[in-house]
Amino acid sequence: MKGVIRIPPAKYTLTHNLYPFLIRSLELKFTLMINEGPYQHQASDTALQFARAVLEKGHEIYRVFFYHDGVNNGTRLSVPPQDDRQLQKEWSELSKAHDLDLVICIAAAQRRGLMNAEEAKRQGLDADNIIEGFHISGLGQLIEGSIQSDRTIVFGD
Amino acid sequence: MATKKFMFVNRKAPYGTVYAIESLEVVLISAAFDQDVSLAFIDDGVYQITKGQDTTGIGQKNFSKAYKALGDYDINKLYVEKESLEERGLTLDDLMELTWEDEDDDYAEKPSIHLVDRAAMSGIMADQEVVISF
Repeated sequence: MKGVIRIPPAKYTLTHNLYPFLIRSLELKFTLMINEGPYQHQASDTALQFARAVLEKGHEIYRVFFYHDGVNNGTRLSVPPQDDRQLQKEWSELSKAHDLDLVICIAAAQRRGLMNAEEAKRQGLDADNIIEGFHISGLGQLIEGSIQSDRTIVFGD
Repeated sequence: MATKKFMFVNRKAPYGTVYAIESLEVVLISAAFDQDVSLAFIDDGVYQITKGQDTTGIGQKNFSKAYKALGDYDINKLYVEKESLEERGLTLDDLMELTWEDEDDDYAEKPSIHLVDRAAMSGIMADQEVVISF
């Protein structure tokens, strides 16, 4: 037996150097779709918890799209009892903290009376009710978000 | 923009809740993005494409004709789950004739509806990149 020096196999070194890259590549981009209103259904609660967990783990949320009665997650005129969770406010605050793109579908919003100032003016209405952090846009935002994201997760009935 | 395999899963009856009609709105928008789009009809969702829908008694719009336009938007993969039909006493004859024109085959009219069993449906779903369920 001649000598006992062991050179680590090249494979090991390579893997070691690639480690930061491998970690980075595990970060995923998510688009979330929320199809139910707050309080009536648990979908919004679950989505909110999921969104927080995704961000905590270092992943990215590309977009949150609110559809069907899910658009009601974007009203600022909701006043739930104080000891209850404040879903609309929590979405709004999460958006502020992480610069989230919260989109309410315009067609669904118009049916259900969700308005921003601009849309209310356009429709000749005397009030608007959208909470800070949300904005109103078209269904194309859902499709585009799904194309751009690694995962699309639907929360609904 | 990249092309992805999108599947829209329709699980609810056409009337009674808003899901079916608002789902159709999403499907039609997706056509504008040049994606590989397919539709699944399972559970009460199979009622969405039944023949002879008449909504006069409930005062709502009969939107069933809109499914006939899907072929013109190159949406021609409509998978209907066999078990869901059978459990409701329905057959293919109870469904609308939905077709598309194949421009690579001298514009021959071909059926858009494909009857698949539950196991095959799960395979088709597993093959998708984006599954949006209503």
